[in-house]
Amino acid sequence: MAKMRVNPTRMELTRLKKRLRVARRGHKLLKDKRDELMKQFLELVKKNKELREKVEKMMMKVHDNFLIARAVMSSEMLEQALMFPKQRVSLEVSTRNIMSVDVPDFHFKTKSDDESNIYPYGFAMTSGELDSAIGTLSEVLPYMLELAQMEKAAQLLAEEIEKTRRRVNALEYVLIPQLTETIKYIVMKLDENERGNLTRLMKVKDMMIQQQIEAMH
Amino acid sequence: MYKIGVIGDKDSILGFKALGLSVFPVTNPSQAEEVLHKIAKEKFAVIYITEQVAKDIVESIEVYKDERFPAIIPIPGNQGVLGMGMQNVRKSVERAVGADILFKE
Repeated sequence: MAKMRVNPTRMELTRLKKRLRVARRGHKLLKDKRDELMKQFLELVKKNKELREKVEKMMMKVHDNFLIARAVMSSEMLEQALMFPKQRVSLEVSTRNIMSVDVPDFHFKTKSDDESNIYPYGFAMTSGELDSAIGTLSEVLPYMLELAQMEKAAQLLAEEIEKTRRRVNALEYVLIPQLTETIKYIVMKLDENERGNLTRLMKVKDMMIQQQIEAMH
Repeated sequence: MYKIGVIGDKDSILGFKALGLSVFPVTNPSQAEEVLHKIAKEKFAVIYITEQVAKDIVESIEVYKDERFPAIIPIPGNQGVLGMGMQNVRKSVERAVGADILFKE
């Protein structure tokens, strides 16, 4: 394992030890964050999948109805009937915070004069199939919005999880091993110096005793 | 106040107009790209796009994936479900978990 290029001094050792402590703590926190995010994400994505299946099924029904409506009406008539919408949809967007990820929260409001009558045309010139197509479509709309909200949230969470996982791995497999390795290196180096010093002192002491013995004779 | 947009071929999205959504009929991929980029800058929080159109402009859609707005959601057009929407869900699972754990069959 690669160690860092540092001076093997006591100062450096304390500094590195402090860094290692911080890294360990950060690693633990990030790991907890990742686990919680993952939990939320899996819950969300499971719901997302179910909702999408539902919406897709409903959309196909709408398209079927439309196809029949188009078959029995001329396309000019159809276009004319739908040209001027009676209803307006506006969207209120707020954000919700899931583990410090901002996910959108949609609330939609429909503006129409008459809630029960969403059809922007008179019934005389149009076919019944068109009515049912528009009817089902307005039923799908709330689900579609929920789907949009969920899918976006899932995407944003996925991104955040990916980022967090990278950080956790970088700490776990690069920074922390590097720090421990370097600390070990410094400790060994300092110990080695200590031993070198000790032997030198013993040698000097031996030499001094030798000199004294010689001086006595 | 935000709006909801729908991009797709005319026949698939005509009905949304009756509900008061903003409808943008397109006929070819380059036109769809143009429309998408244009309305993404405006106040559209959600853009639904039919799968038939979306499959040709995946790169342009990816651009907005990590942004908060707009949420671009593929919906089936009148030629049936292509499975693109599901594919997207699967992709985010793979991205987050590293493996596909939801759809294994």
